[in-house]
Amino acid sequence: MVIELYLDLLSQPCRALFIFAKKNNIPFEFKHVDLLKGQHSSEEFGKVNVLKKVPALKDGDFTLAESIAILLYLSRKFNTPDHWYPSDLQKRARVDEYLSWQHTAIREKGCQVFLTKVLVPFIIGQPFLPEKFEEAIKELNSVLKQFEEKFLQDKLFIAGSEISLADLVAIVELMQPVATGYNLFEKRPKLAEWRSRVEEAVGKMLFQQAHEMIMNVENLSTTPLSPELREQLKQQLLKH
Amino acid sequence: MGLELYLDLLSQGCRMVYIFAKKNNIPFEFKHVELFKDSILGKKMPGGNTQEQSHDGQPYREEFGKVNILKKVPALKDGTFTLAESTAILLYLSQKYHTPDHWYPSDLQKRAQVDEYLSWHHTNIRANAPKTLWIKVLIPLFTGQTLPSEKLQNVLKELATSLKQFEEKFLQDKPFIVGSEISLADLVAIVELMQPIGVGCDIFEDRPKLLEWRSRVEEAVGKELFQEAHKMILNIKELRNIQVDPHLKEHLAPVLMKMLK
Repeated sequence: MVIELYLDLLSQPCRALFIFAKKNNIPFEFKHVDLLKGQHSSEEFGKVNVLKKVPALKDGDFTLAESIAILLYLSRKFNTPDHWYPSDLQKRARVDEYLSWQHTAIREKGCQVFLTKVLVPFIIGQPFLPEKFEEAIKELNSVLKQFEEKFLQDKLFIAGSEISLADLVAIVELMQPVATGYNLFEKRPKLAEWRSRVEEAVGKMLFQQAHEMIMNVENLSTTPLSPELREQLKQQLLKH
Repeated sequence: MGLELYLDLLSQGCRMVYIFAKKNNIPFEFKHVELFKDSILGKKMPGGNTQEQSHDGQPYREEFGKVNILKKVPALKDGTFTLAESTAILLYLSQKYHTPDHWYPSDLQKRAQVDEYLSWHHTNIRANAPKTLWIKVLIPLFTGQTLPSEKLQNVLKELATSLKQFEEKFLQDKPFIVGSEISLADLVAIVELMQPIGVGCDIFEDRPKLLEWRSRVEEAVGKELFQEAHKMILNIKELRNIQVDPHLKEHLAPVLMKMLK
C-alpha cells in the first residue's frame, strides 16, 4: 500500500512535505484536504489525524501528524540523501536547532503576517487592519534578523554547504508573507541569494509548482464562503 | 576542555537537559546562568561588556554571549561547537553518548511518535504552561503590577485544551507517550508541566491518568534527581524575594507586558 499524504498546498508545512517527497521520488497518494472548505474538520479526516490539522501521513495503519515528524520519518524510511538530515552529529544538531527554534519564530511570525493580511479579512469579510499588519511585519523583521545572524550567517545553507530539511522548512514559511505582497527578500540580498540557492537545489519547477496556489491566494478570495463554513472557520480563528 | 552546559534550573528547557545528562551519567560542567541577572530575551546585556571574575554567576556573562547569541538558556558548548534549543541539545547528547534506546527509539514508528510530540509541544503545552509563572510571579516581580485574574483563567483554559489533547492523542492508555518505556517526549512534557505546579496551579489535581503518568516519569527518571532538578521552581517564595537589577527591570517590563497581550 502506498503512503498517503493529506495536504493542502496553501499550508506551509504541506508544501515542505510535498517538495521533499517529490524531490526524492517518494511514491505517495496526494489526499487533498481543502482547508478553505473546512475539510480538515471532517470526522473522516479526524480518523487520520485527531488534531484535525494538515499535513498528516497514513502508512498502512500507522498515522502521523506534525510536518517535521513526517519529514524525518520519510527521510529515514526512504533513505534519502544524507544532506537532508546529515549523519554528522554537529551538522545534524544545526538542523535540529533550526527546526526547534522556527516554531515560535519564523513560522509564528510568518503565519501572523498571512493571517492579518489575507486570512482573517477573508474569513470575517472585512478589509485588513493596517496597524495589525504593520505590527506583524515588525515582528517578522525581528526574527528575520535573527535568522540571518544566527542560522544562516555566511554559509550557503543553514547546516553548511548543502541544503537540508532546515532550509526547506524555512523557505516555505517565508513564502507565506511573500504571498501577501510583502517582499521580504527585496532589501535583504544575502537572504535573496540563499533563496535562489534553495530553489535551485530543490528544482525551480517543483518549487513553483508547490507554490502556485499560495502565490495566487488573491484569486481564492473570490470563492464565496457558505455562512456555516464562515462561522466554523471564524471559531477556529478565534483561537489565534 | 569538556562539555559545558549553560543552565538556570528555573527554565524548563534547562531542567530537561540537566535531568537527561545526569540520568545518563554524561560528564559536563554546570555553567550557572542566572536569568534574572543576565538578560533573557535576546536583548543586550545590561551594564555592557563587563569582565568581572566573581563567582556569583557574573563571570559567565561575556562567555555566555559568545556561546549563544540568542542569549537564551539552555546552551551547550562542546569544544568550539555551540548549540542552543533544548530539543536539539537532547538529541545531540543522546546520539553522542549513545544513551539507552528507549530515550529516542531506533524503531522508525516509535521514533516518529517522539518527533511528533516534540514538534507539537512547542505550540501547545509550551505555549501555555509557562505563562502561569509569568502571570503569577514574574510579571509582578518585574513590573510591580498584578494582572487581572481573568488573564490567568484564560491561560488555564488554553492549557486545559492542550492537556486534553495530550491525554487523548499522545498518552492515551499507554504508560508513556511512545509505549512502555520513557522517552525524550515524556521528559520534555513533564518539565513543562511542573512550571504551573511551582506557582500553585495544580494541573494534576483533577486528572488522575496524568498524575499516574507523572509518577511513572518521576520513577523512571529517579525521584531524587527529579526533585533536585525542580527544587528552584518549587520554592517559588524565594523567587519573590530576589533583588532585581533596576536596569533589568526597565528593559524587561515593556517586553513582558507585550508577551502577555
